[in-house]
Amino acid sequence: MKVTMTVNGSQVDAEVPDRTLLVHFLRDQAGLSATNVGCDTSSCGACTVLLDGRSVKSCTLLAAQADGRSVVTLEGLANGDGELHPVQRAFRAEHGLQCGFCTPGMVMATVSLLEENPAPTEEEVRTALEGNLCRCTGYHNIVRAVLAAAGERQAS
Amino acid sequence: MSILGTRVVRTEDPRLLTVGGTYVDDLRVPELAQAARVTFVRSPLAHALITGIDVSAAREAPGVVAVLTVADIDDLPPPPPPPEEGAEPPPGSEAAPLPLGGHWAEPLLAVDRVRFVGEPVAMVLTDETYQGEDAAELVSVDYEPLPAVADFDSGLAGHSLLFPAAGSNVALTIGAAADDAAFDACDVVVERTIINQRLAPVPMEGRATAALWADGKLTVWVSTQNAQISRFILAGAFGLDPAAIRVVAPDVGGAFGAKIGADRDALLVAWAARHTGRAVRWAETRSENLVGMTHGRAQRQHLKIGGTRDGRILAYRNVVLQDTGAYPRMSGFLPFLTGLMASGPYDIPTVQTAYQVLVTNTTPISAYRGAGRPEATAAVERAVDLFATEIGMDPAQVRRINLVPPDKFPYSSGGGAVYDTGEYVAALDKVLAGAGYDELRAEQARRRARGDTLQLGIGLGSYVEITAADAAGGETARVVVHDNGSATVYTGSSAHGQGHHTAWAMLLHDELGIPMDDITVVHGDTDLIPFGTGTYASRSLQLGGTAVRNAAIDVKEQAKGVAAAMLEASEADLELNTERGVWQVRGDPASSRTWAEVAAHAGPQGLAADANFTEGQPSFPFGTHLAVVEVDTETGKVRLIRHVTVDDAGPVVSPLLAEGQRHGGIAQGAAQALLEEVVYDADGNPVTGTLVDYAIITAAELPSFELLASETPTKANPLGVKGIGEAGTIGATPAVQNAVIDAVSHLGVRHIDMPATPARVWAAINEASATGEGQ
Amino acid sequence: MIPAPFTYRRAWSVDEAVDLVARDGEDAKFLAGGHSLLPLMKLRLAVPQTLVDIGRLAELSYIRDEGDHIAVGAATTHGELAGSGLLARELPLLSRAAGQVGDPQVRHCGTIGGSLAHADPAADLPAVVLTLDATLVARGPSGSREIAAADFFRGLFETALEPGELLTEIRVHKPAAAGWAFQKFNKRAIDWAIVGVAVQGNRVSLVNMGQTPVRAAGVEAALTGGASARDAAAHAAEGTSASDDLNATRAYREHLARVLVRRAVEAAQA
Repeated sequence: MKVTMTVNGSQVDAEVPDRTLLVHFLRDQAGLSATNVGCDTSSCGACTVLLDGRSVKSCTLLAAQADGRSVVTLEGLANGDGELHPVQRAFRAEHGLQCGFCTPGMVMATVSLLEENPAPTEEEVRTALEGNLCRCTGYHNIVRAVLAAAGERQAS
Repeated sequence: MSILGTRVVRTEDPRLLTVGGTYVDDLRVPELAQAARVTFVRSPLAHALITGIDVSAAREAPGVVAVLTVADIDDLPPPPPPPEEGAEPPPGSEAAPLPLGGHWAEPLLAVDRVRFVGEPVAMVLTDETYQGEDAAELVSVDYEPLPAVADFDSGLAGHSLLFPAAGSNVALTIGAAADDAAFDACDVVVERTIINQRLAPVPMEGRATAALWADGKLTVWVSTQNAQISRFILAGAFGLDPAAIRVVAPDVGGAFGAKIGADRDALLVAWAARHTGRAVRWAETRSENLVGMTHGRAQRQHLKIGGTRDGRILAYRNVVLQDTGAYPRMSGFLPFLTGLMASGPYDIPTVQTAYQVLVTNTTPISAYRGAGRPEATAAVERAVDLFATEIGMDPAQVRRINLVPPDKFPYSSGGGAVYDTGEYVAALDKVLAGAGYDELRAEQARRRARGDTLQLGIGLGSYVEITAADAAGGETARVVVHDNGSATVYTGSSAHGQGHHTAWAMLLHDELGIPMDDITVVHGDTDLIPFGTGTYASRSLQLGGTAVRNAAIDVKEQAKGVAAAMLEASEADLELNTERGVWQVRGDPASSRTWAEVAAHAGPQGLAADANFTEGQPSFPFGTHLAVVEVDTETGKVRLIRHVTVDDAGPVVSPLLAEGQRHGGIAQGAAQALLEEVVYDADGNPVTGTLVDYAIITAAELPSFELLASETPTKANPLGVKGIGEAGTIGATPAVQNAVIDAVSHLGVRHIDMPATPARVWAAINEASATGEGQ
Repeated sequence: MIPAPFTYRRAWSVDEAVDLVARDGEDAKFLAGGHSLLPLMKLRLAVPQTLVDIGRLAELSYIRDEGDHIAVGAATTHGELAGSGLLARELPLLSRAAGQVGDPQVRHCGTIGGSLAHADPAADLPAVVLTLDATLVARGPSGSREIAAADFFRGLFETALEPGELLTEIRVHKPAAAGWAFQKFNKRAIDWAIVGVAVQGNRVSLVNMGQTPVRAAGVEAALTGGASARDAAAHAAEGTSASDDLNATRAYREHLARVLVRRAVEAAQA
């Protein structure tokens, strides 16, 4: 079937098998490989992207379900001038990534979380990230990054 | 002012945070443009004979390029023959981190027998990924099931043998029979058998390999910790000159010891490329990863500890039964390390260790974050707490009495290691003070007096750990300063999250004054770096970092000669101003020459130096962790509410990176204590086959950690540094386990095996109250 | 990791959705958020030949105050339920439970209709609608009908829905008794409940104590008879058939049920 969606502001259309998962559409048809597959039971969150502004696990959606809708991946976060999104800046400043594999999903989950809860407590951050697994950082600095990004958002 | 020891954000991050890393499955290089996708057909049974494979239906499926079975492997050198009867293996070989081979040899594709669920039996190559699963389902394998042994006791009983020619499931027995004399002389003796449970490493990126055979050269991209070692493994497996092989480690999404070298599945992918003449690529699913990647730990430990009533430990024994899974891939290496570090940071006069290695119809065991040492520490820390409870002494005090005092270094331990430097008591006291130990005990007492539902537990994990255990293997570095003043570091290390690019750039900047932004670090490509060891065993900073430093110093010496000639001065009058990154005659800033000028003057190749730091020795970081848990005594649920640590690995080159390693280690250590366990049923079927059931710890189960500083240098290398990578894990597991047991010890609980899930904790509380005092 | 091949169809109205599924019979399934169905399909535990996507049906996504009851469209997401001010005021048990389903990403996609139709005994919302005595409205080839929650859950992943029937609405009368509580016991916050309890007034239902959600009838009778929370909770495991699995034995589940019911009833009465 033909699937069309807006990805990071640009239209992407492709003829794909009906069973194509959104994550593979993004990686293979849209050519955006930042979004990763980390599991097969919707447990790890490495595939998290924004669908119409809200975080979703792109491995648990068909590309067809995103047809006609708007997706944002890590690659679409920085603004047009290459200026980093506050969440990207905060993750670097706080050393919120090591191997980087969970990072695209973690960052997109954070962007969505701060949209819905601009001033979260530490506990709220930890609970909101329960669906994003990281094996390297122990989450300590990820939480700091989220809180720092929230602070920066509040200030601006 | 030196950049070392300052907070420097990572040079790796801009790319990772904007376009993401390039892991094997992300590679879009032209050579792989037409690559076929590999899907493995794996055994669904734990133990069975293969009586037939029918690939005819699979071959007809859409997009299928080839279906390969063991019958197709006719183009590799034959494996070495098994040893002759009665032939003795070379002494010490049983402790080498190498497959035991011989009777226990592991094939590439299963030949006539499968020995664990997940063992590869066939390979399907398709044009596209989605077609692979469809076609793999059509491969029909006839199995004749055999009885499976999936636990220690059934393995030992040996009614079903994995390797009938070996006559036993016990692959190795090492160590003298136990001698009780030293224990008989003790006032107090406690004995207990405990389990250090099987874990799955679960790096967020699973295993992945891509390969191409073209123009007589094999190119393999693999998610590995060791490109150079992988190249030698491939050379041996294929009977090729290493020069005909290029191995590339792109970005690697975590490894934790389970991606050392190249395993049988990676070798098969490389073979399939050569066999079919087509580029191939493979990236495992998580379900495959949970049975196909090696597991860790899986020891049953028989502990005995004895001492005086006033707290002095006189004797300690740890006899290990190591479940090695279906194939002994690491001989006795892991329990050997457990024995080496058995007595931990304690000065114990008599230390007895021994081990056996047992095969079972489960996933093979290999290194996993700490590889044998977390097992040693968890055991001795449990033993110390059991001893403390027996004599009614505060466990912190028992530790203080028995920790190796500062004046005994270098210390020869009862396990056979020589600890270089340590301030063990200071570390303990620092953690106790930092955590507010006395107030925690007071709060615990208040809650006990009130009979609160939520009880407080405080647990300690004092440890010493061996890093760069294979220091003699060394590490390489090549430093080049180009004629534009930039520099490139080629390192034999192989970071997969540790941030070496930033740390090596910091070391280079510190020596040469070249700006961080002008330094590029390269790793993981054997065409560029043919010799090196890679990253495991927490070795890279002390060995690889020192190699970078040494190469930098060599470049500096060369540069001094060149600058002297340019400035028509004597070398003795020259100095390198590292603040500005220029050479000048001492006292005459106007004479300065930039690195670009000096390198250009040196010749078209610039300035270059190679270093191979092999004079290193292992080093021994140490510390103490203190965990505070809250246990709901009605349900058994545990909440980790505080975790305070001292992890002393000598001078800190990058506080950012060191803290990150400690955090990640603590999380994995706490996860072992509370949540994770690979479970098999009696038939060897995995019960925890997905991330729904294998309980990786999330942000919601952890607090923020409290890290305290301590830096005790070593003389093992010029930087004075030790390794930090696994220290957090080693200290955290026993601290959390001990805390949980401590929380309910007033109810009579003496021990709870890990993971301390709510069900286990509740069962322990129940049993203690049913049987009365102790259990 | 990849579903077996199937044909995807998209419906633009409820009637069209019902027609499309009726055409393909047993081998067709509705796709709402897909967060119960797609995970099964990816593991090839479910292999429908046709999926009919009802995710675009705005007519199934609403939360309305209808005077004496609240009407929730079946395709309303857990996130929408959790964030609804109307539900927080009128049916806080439902909004609280919905807010604990899965994780934020799951809640942005998964729907109440999908969760109820899937009928996983470890799911939270089935027990909640049972406690709330909800009425479930279904539309099929032969028209609409109403099914009481008490009659809806038939067995393991089995409901009263006939093949080709689509849940369209969940109706809940505004509760007379204001006290409510929701207890979800798990190892990790992300996990399914090992045992859960949903309380509204004197009505108590249990999660994961059998093949379907179960009303704790013994507890309810005791509460109605004026028993204390502790005494009532002693009846929590009566009439249940909890399983043994990786996380808990039956005995442990029964113990947890008693503890959690006591805590939930105490919280509801507070």
